Amino acid sequence: MSGYTEEELKEELKDQEYKFGFTTDIESEKIPAGLSEEVVRMISAKKNEPEWLLEYRLNALRVWMEMTEPEWAHVKYEKPDFQNISYFSAPKKQYESWEDVDPEMKATMDKLGISLDEQKKLTGVAVDFVMDSVSVATSFKEKLSELGIIFSSFSEAVQNHPELVRKYLGTVVPTQDNFYAALNSAVFSDGSFCYIPKGVKCPMELSTYFRINESGTGQFERTLVVADEGSYVSYLEGCTAPMRDENQLHAAVVELIALDNAEIKYSTVQNWFPGDKDGKGGIFNFVTKRGMCHTNSKISWTQVETGSAVTWKYPSCILKGDNSIGEFYSVAVTNNYQQADTGTKMIHLGKNTKSTVISKGISAGQSQNSYRGLIQIAKKAENARNFTQCDSLLMTDRCGAHTFPYIECANNSAKLEHEATTSKIGEDQIFYCQQRGLSEEKAIGLIVNGYVKEVLNKLPMEFAVEAQKLLAISLENSVG
Amino acid sequence: MTTVISEKTDHFLSQLSIPENSFQLAAAERALQLDFPTTRDEYWKYTRLSKISKGAFTDSFEQKEKLDIEDQLVSNEFIVIENGIVREDISQYQKDYKIEISDASSPKTLKVNSSDIFSTINRAAAIHNVKITIGANKVIDTPLQIVYLNHSDRIISNTQLEINAEKSSKSTIVITNIGNEGKESFNNHVMTVDVAENAHLTINKIQAGNPSNYNISTEEIEQDQNSTFKINTVTLKGALVRNNINIAVNGQNCETHMNGAIVTKEKQHIDNHTFVDHKVSNCFSNENYKYVLEGKATGVFNGRVVVRQDAQVINAYQNNGNILLSDHASINSKPELEIYADDVKCSHGSTTGQLDENAIFYLQARGIAKENAKKLLVAAFIGEVIEEIEHEGTISLIHRLFKEVHNWDF
Repeated sequence: MSGYTEEELKEELKDQEYKFGFTTDIESEKIPAGLSEEVVRMISAKKNEPEWLLEYRLNALRVWMEMTEPEWAHVKYEKPDFQNISYFSAPKKQYESWEDVDPEMKATMDKLGISLDEQKKLTGVAVDFVMDSVSVATSFKEKLSELGIIFSSFSEAVQNHPELVRKYLGTVVPTQDNFYAALNSAVFSDGSFCYIPKGVKCPMELSTYFRINESGTGQFERTLVVADEGSYVSYLEGCTAPMRDENQLHAAVVELIALDNAEIKYSTVQNWFPGDKDGKGGIFNFVTKRGMCHTNSKISWTQVETGSAVTWKYPSCILKGDNSIGEFYSVAVTNNYQQADTGTKMIHLGKNTKSTVISKGISAGQSQNSYRGLIQIAKKAENARNFTQCDSLLMTDRCGAHTFPYIECANNSAKLEHEATTSKIGEDQIFYCQQRGLSEEKAIGLIVNGYVKEVLNKLPMEFAVEAQKLLAISLENSVG
Repeated sequence: MTTVISEKTDHFLSQLSIPENSFQLAAAERALQLDFPTTRDEYWKYTRLSKISKGAFTDSFEQKEKLDIEDQLVSNEFIVIENGIVREDISQYQKDYKIEISDASSPKTLKVNSSDIFSTINRAAAIHNVKITIGANKVIDTPLQIVYLNHSDRIISNTQLEINAEKSSKSTIVITNIGNEGKESFNNHVMTVDVAENAHLTINKIQAGNPSNYNISTEEIEQDQNSTFKINTVTLKGALVRNNINIAVNGQNCETHMNGAIVTKEKQHIDNHTFVDHKVSNCFSNENYKYVLEGKATGVFNGRVVVRQDAQVINAYQNNGNILLSDHASINSKPELEIYADDVKCSHGSTTGQLDENAIFYLQARGIAKENAKKLLVAAFIGEVIEEIEHEGTISLIHRLFKEVHNWDF
């Protein structure tokens, strides 16, 4: 193809449909729509939960009832009707072993390119696959358990390791934290639990693929990762969702706890259904992600966001311990009518704490892409250091890119830097590349690729490939 | 329709003598339905207003026959406003500036946001309205100085200023709020500025009143095509100073500059909110605010730039630099960009830190005492803002104030 122009790119972006839009036909068990104490009790009973967890849920429900939906985010959407959502849906059949798994579900995974068989053999990644709300297959458990690593679905963890769950649940994201965290705490269906014992370096990347499948089902994932003293874990989370016409709500809570000298690397590729090119349908993604860093620990968030109609997500770090480190690397791509309000919060409480924030936004179509970040240096956080860079790239004249950083400093030994730029791809850059013999298409690909490289480099190898694929789908052929 | 009346506002207004005319009574009526913002309001997140909203202010005072303003003057054209009342007997101005002083009772061209409580109170309780017109094609070298004085304790002065820079004019206005003897006085200032086609207007504001003073300024600026507007704010003192600068760029090929130097200490709170609304194409805006905070001082910077959908080819820059000199000083910075057009170059930067130890050491090695080395570095830090003022008289006044307030020489 010669003479591929930006105009043509825009044209293609307009027509780019969601490639992973398909639905798996599996019978699901659903409870009637609506939210009440009765529903919460029903969810808890179905999962055979202990009394304290039911109490936790009911308390969260009471807190949630008192709260109102927040409106400060730079997004516009029709608010979900919380009484019209079914809060629990589980595939009816339970599987004894991998061989028993429904072939259709296996096929779904094949389409996603994350077949368990393949991954078991080739990549050495243990996958906790969540289809709607209940884990259906978990692999590599034996290998992990040799090291004492617990990696299971949340409900299994509640049954098998209640003391650990009880100790850490809600310690980073308290029930009353925000509207959606409270909702999640009341009705969370399932999710993943991960515990790395003292001094253990997890030998493989732990990975969970979430997938919304049932029409009209909100999915309320709860993830809890605890890295005990001196341990290390790299955790991957990826999402794809089938095409739907109605808006679906996804309100997850992710809590990370890095105890002294531990390190957690949490990577996300998010590709929920973004709605079609007229802005119809799509997932509402209202997620609370937060990590607690104890002394000398490190939490690193890396995310590639290409999906969802509305995203509202701020993976954060509370740098409580001295010398702890928080990192946030993000690429957010919005196209058509997508809206994203995402960023991070770095709360510096301990001495010598460091944080780095690199956020790259790409807006195309008529989408709105906002960075919202908070850097807070508490009075006692001596020698805190922060570097923030948030860049936005604009692809069309109908999209928007916004930056809302909050920088709060109450300590005079802190050094904070923040910089943000917003621009379109420089015509001179394209011209320069063309002069060197690259086609315009390749030039745009090169520039976009270079623009996000800083973040993609932070992803684990296996994931970087998928991230590349998603970027390519979201921005068509412009990403080489 | 039932209307809810805010108790705080009711209490606040009850201490004031609202002029008995239908226009101002209606404004007072409207103000009653507005409440004082709290830190739950995004726009006031970092500034607590309880000292103002609960404060007992008065608007009655005895005029002083002689006002000692000699050492504040930077120009021989000036208007003196004492506790919100224009002192024409002391003021002195030539025909270059057309100045109209009227009472604030009849509906004015003054455009204010009716949902903002401070400008509504100003509208209700103001005594005088000062309107300055710089005639078309007039290029005036001598700046016009507006001297605000609040010399009574707990006085509230509601001051109104309208500036019209007509086509192709060029002028400078200096607004000073210094040497106020009155303790805990409150200057509630509203200013509207129209910068017409091809006009150049510079406003220099110097705020160094009594350290117990409150000052809330609401400034609405509109720019027509090919115009240049520049506002420089230097703040050295104030228990609570809040400057709201809202600039609407309505015409193409405009230039907008905003600079601020805030050097303060003790328990003072300085808050600058700026908003540039780029509505049309081919414009440039630049913003540079520098804070140096000592003691228990707190600083707030909120710079907002909006580039509307069809405003292409916009270059907008924002810079905010902060130095914290003491353990108890704090700064909250929020530079915002909202971009709806694509052919733009917009950037912002915000840094917070302290003086470079190496630079201090270097200067000490050259025989400069540590304290002086620090002053030298601070002077260099805010120097680029002071340079923008471009009027020698004003600069030397600022230098003198620095000497008085901080014992610093440049």
